[in-house]
Amino acid sequence: MQTTSDEVLISRIAGGDRLAMQVLYARHHVRVYRFVLRLVRNEATAEDLISEVFLDVWRQAGKFEGRSAASTWMLGIARFKALSAMRRRPEQELDDETAGQIEDHADDPETALAKKDKGSALRQCLTRLSADHREIIDLVYYHEKSVEEVSEIVGVPAATVKTRMFYARKKLSELLKEQGIDRGWP
Amino acid sequence: MNTMKQEAPERQEIEELLPWHAAGTLSRRDARRVEEALARDPELARRYALVRAEFGEAVHLNETLGAPSALALEKLFVAIDAEPQRRQAASLNLGSRIGEFFSNLSPRTLAWSTGVAAIAILLQAGLLADIMLKESKTGGYETASAPTTDPGVGAFTLIRFAPQASSDDITKFLEANKLSIAAGPMAGGLYKVRVSVSGIPKGELARIVKKLQEDKVVGFIAATE
Repeated sequence: MQTTSDEVLISRIAGGDRLAMQVLYARHHVRVYRFVLRLVRNEATAEDLISEVFLDVWRQAGKFEGRSAASTWMLGIARFKALSAMRRRPEQELDDETAGQIEDHADDPETALAKKDKGSALRQCLTRLSADHREIIDLVYYHEKSVEEVSEIVGVPAATVKTRMFYARKKLSELLKEQGIDRGWP
Repeated sequence: MNTMKQEAPERQEIEELLPWHAAGTLSRRDARRVEEALARDPELARRYALVRAEFGEAVHLNETLGAPSALALEKLFVAIDAEPQRRQAASLNLGSRIGEFFSNLSPRTLAWSTGVAAIAILLQAGLLADIMLKESKTGGYETASAPTTDPGVGAFTLIRFAPQASSDDITKFLEANKLSIAAGPMAGGLYKVRVSVSGIPKGELARIVKKLQEDKVVGFIAATE
């Protein structure tokens, strides 16, 4: 089974090929949406931004030089859109689902049970990280981006990427400790 | 003690790489460094287990985030429709077209095409060699006349060389009269010979033809277009 590469799709998009645009969208829209959603924490906003991100892909396809992976290029566009939206909406509206994940301080029986589940606790703590820390955790773990690719997307030096990831993980341990889970690190 | 001080920065450096090692996005060299450190450092290995747990839960969390509705795609294409029309050919450069062509070939087709191309190149090389050998037998046709890449530009004659004329005779004849072979040999052993790189009046061409006809190398000559 052979698939057309992202680079070829983007060159076709540069020529106005709508079908290539559909294929690229189908291939990447879920991951890009999840990346944006984790940043803006609002499904409606994330969905609006997805259309804007891929419209930018359509417009800028001719400028894509293929120096980085297409997904890295698109995540860079998505990040810029998400940060712009967050600046327009500084109060950080949260949707019900996300808020539900965050409000976990109450020690009701259900929460107490969840705390026993390290995995569940970890996921809750991942939602409570700052935008910078959420972003880097997701780029490294979920989007499987290398140090250099994260550096390109976030626009910081590689050394900063590594230290930011380290501090994101450190913060995660602190949040877990607040829930009574001591990882023995850092 | 000194050893510990020396190891600490290295452990810190390796520890910073653990998330990328878990995700499999390290270079081969760095991955090997991490593997070696994990094998000799149980504490680092314990911390790596924490990283792997984070990795798994981060993926789990993201996978539960759902996907955008079909409206996002509809909205995108409404916006694209509102964009100015593109000139498809203009935006595709030669490099990307070639790249696209090869990337669309299956490995089997690519291998087959490569074989055919190699045979074609060999055949072409053979033909060129054959032409060169034939030309060397007749001495080749080089003149002092100004070269032109367009065989249709200039004033021409049709010449059949005398059977007894050697290749040296023909070469000297062409050089002396600043002529060049534009085409041939054609049917009847005729060659289209350029006598001028620019057009000349018919009377002038007729005069040149008459003069050339007197050369013993020429068996037949006539003006042509």
